[in-house]
Amino acid sequence: MDVENGGPVVELRSLYKSFTEKKTGRELQVLDHLDLEVRRGRFTCVVGPSGCGKTTLLRLIGGLEAPSSGEVLFEGSKVRGPGPERGMVFQEYALFPWRTVLRNVTFGLSLKGIPHREAGARADEYLETVGLTGYEDLYPRELSGGMKQRVAIARTLAVQPRILLMDEPFASLDAQTRNGMQEFLVQLWRRTGTSIIFVTHSVDEAVFMGQKIVGLSKRPARMIKTFENDLPYPRNRTAAEFTGLRARILEYLAVEMLR
Amino acid sequence: MRKWKCCSFILALGLWQLLAMAGALGRTPSPVDVVKGLYDLIVTGLPPGYYLQWHLLASLERVLIGFALAVVLAVPLGILMGSSTVFDAVLDPLVEVVRPIPPLAWLPLAVIWFGIGLFSAAFMIFLGAFFPILLNTITGVKSVDPCLVEAARTLGARRQTIILRVLTPGAMPSIVTGLRIGIGIGWMTLVAAEMTGVRSGYGLGYMILTARDVARYDLVVAGMVVIGTVGFLMDRMVKYAEKRLLRWM
Repeated sequence: MDVENGGPVVELRSLYKSFTEKKTGRELQVLDHLDLEVRRGRFTCVVGPSGCGKTTLLRLIGGLEAPSSGEVLFEGSKVRGPGPERGMVFQEYALFPWRTVLRNVTFGLSLKGIPHREAGARADEYLETVGLTGYEDLYPRELSGGMKQRVAIARTLAVQPRILLMDEPFASLDAQTRNGMQEFLVQLWRRTGTSIIFVTHSVDEAVFMGQKIVGLSKRPARMIKTFENDLPYPRNRTAAEFTGLRARILEYLAVEMLR
Repeated sequence: MRKWKCCSFILALGLWQLLAMAGALGRTPSPVDVVKGLYDLIVTGLPPGYYLQWHLLASLERVLIGFALAVVLAVPLGILMGSSTVFDAVLDPLVEVVRPIPPLAWLPLAVIWFGIGLFSAAFMIFLGAFFPILLNTITGVKSVDPCLVEAARTLGARRQTIILRVLTPGAMPSIVTGLRIGIGIGWMTLVAAEMTGVRSGYGLGYMILTARDVARYDLVVAGMVVIGTVGFLMDRMVKYAEKRLLRWM
């Protein structure tokens, strides 16, 4: 098993997923025999029209859903449910509203049996990483959307996952905050080297952050094309290469939508 | 705002007093009679020697035992039913059939099970408080955002942790609402239960019954006032606890 930098961390093999519609009893195909390999330490973005199964794809890797057929491998072994080695960040933040910022971050640490004190110290570290020192004792309702998402990221990072699965984490933020969070995430990733799979419906977001951009077709999703993005960081949204790549991906998705 | 809150109260009392003085209310006592009656209850007692304070204490004791029992059983059961579809499916029909039975209908059975006295009265309270607490707990658990459960799972939480550290705190606002409704209904149930007889001779409901038997309607209303006030205070206490407990909301 190759777990060196650059080896595959996640592999999808002929992944097929369908749901049964409750009302009609019809089978709804979401993912249609998808194959994908995600390399260690890379920043991978998944884009596609809304409702195309991007979220389902991520939930399958996270272990929150089970494939109908095919398999999901994480570091060479089959995924059978969620685990702290695959950290997830949700669009709705999913912070525990009854816990303070600090205690949200220590939640996963205490589950690992890390003593209270040490967990607190480690949580402080990660809160510093996301720039939220001084907010430890606030409750989530007292935070802005961007801050909430940073707490959620700190909470996930604190359990030291080997991959970060992010499901449109910035989708409910305003444009300004969103750009800031993208820059923040790129810096964080470059500092920590964690593998990231980032699902988004924004091609702009994907081109700004991702090294590899996976375009999904509309439902049922077959992977349609992957784009390599070697633009150096920090990226400039107005550079010709940037807008060029963005246009190419958009065009591709548009064609796919019309099929 | 505070001033206005008292306003309706004073107005109603004044009107009541005026009507009574004009002789329009027949045997219904006036507010002044009621205050005098309260004094009598505290100083002389009803029957003489059975003071109001002791009646009140006896009633509170029954409430406390019945309510505590209801909380201890209804909250864990509600959490189980809310978090397990199997549990819910098995127990729900039973709950739905037993729930509409008024606590008082259980009295004959309560008497043969527990005899006349503290425990059958406490049982009435228990029945009154149990279902609102249970149903609110179930609702509370079911209304916890599934996303929070998923987040916990991805952070490494197993079922037991999820129940104790996600579903239970998440259901807390609803549980506290259940406690408030439960103690209110329990308190009402208790007075009714006491009116059907207690062995010790103490209890607010019993006291009102005695007052009726000797045609002291001033004491009847005085007893009603005490019950109302204590019920109000209990509700306030739970509300205060709620504020402290649920600061995160």
